[in-house]
Amino acid sequence: MAAALLAFATGTLARDNILAMNPEETFETPKQLKRYEKLIHDLRCVVCQNQSVAESNVELARDLRRVVRDMILEGKTDAEIKQFMTDRFGDFVLYNPPLKPETYLLWGAPVILLLIGAIVMVTVVGRRSGESADDAERMGENS
Amino acid sequence: MKTLKYLLPALAFMVLAGFFYRGLFLDPRLVPSPLIGKPAPAFELQDVRDASVTFAATDMLGKPAVLNVWATWCAGCRQEHPFLMQLARSGEVALYGMNYRDERAKAMDWLAKLGDPYVKVGYDPEGTGSLDWGVYGSPETFLLAPDGTVVYKHLGPLNPQVWQAEFRPRIAAMAGGPK
Repeated sequence: MAAALLAFATGTLARDNILAMNPEETFETPKQLKRYEKLIHDLRCVVCQNQSVAESNVELARDLRRVVRDMILEGKTDAEIKQFMTDRFGDFVLYNPPLKPETYLLWGAPVILLLIGAIVMVTVVGRRSGESADDAERMGENS
Repeated sequence: MKTLKYLLPALAFMVLAGFFYRGLFLDPRLVPSPLIGKPAPAFELQDVRDASVTFAATDMLGKPAVLNVWATWCAGCRQEHPFLMQLARSGEVALYGMNYRDERAKAMDWLAKLGDPYVKVGYDPEGTGSLDWGVYGSPETFLLAPDGTVVYKHLGPLNPQVWQAEFRPRIAAMAGGPK
């Protein structure tokens, strides 16, 4: 019984060690560690969608962290690693989706909203300064 | 001009409300698979039921095939199991399985108790085979053409409605298409 418990405990510990590896110790250069940190923060965990792969504790996220680490150690570039992920999970896995026809609206929305805001502001301000005092008074009463 | 001033915000609100209303009925877990239209990712796994039997992606070539990713810890998998049994009995397609992040003993127990609908079931305890398939939740079910192209992916439990609406037309298209 005790032996079985021990085996179980060491078994799970060994498993946890692999998963909860210490990135500082696994990388050869600080630059690799930096790339690793950046990449896992740029990847979305597809299971728990509002967390990055860095934040999530889901098994899939742990696996993806391991994959990122291994690919960095193999000398793969950031672009290759991101390609590997999008080949499997689609653009959704990237917090920074690439610019292409399906994402034009996504990327363009801030500019469009800014333009609308600017147009509204210009017309409102323009009208206010052009209006007679009478009009301004009447509008003030109405609102 | 005056009416426009009142109409415009109301209109903008209605457009926004329209988007929100639509969003209510979308499944946020649904991520479109980039695999559709691509060749099935290769894998070679032990069969859950017999470690000496290997199950490779190439085993599914030559006929319309369905690959069902499941686990004993997955509630949706239990829910869809009776339908999988029914599907296997009907002989409509070759049904293959991939046992995802599970334990062999539990998986075998499941198949013994609930029935075994699979031609072959790959054993993927570490999720290495399923990673290439972009599996992120189970159950997931892929439809493959005879040439090994991934045609469709369904997320969530299979049922007769989904089968009729999404799978059957695609399988019929395969049979009718050029060989």
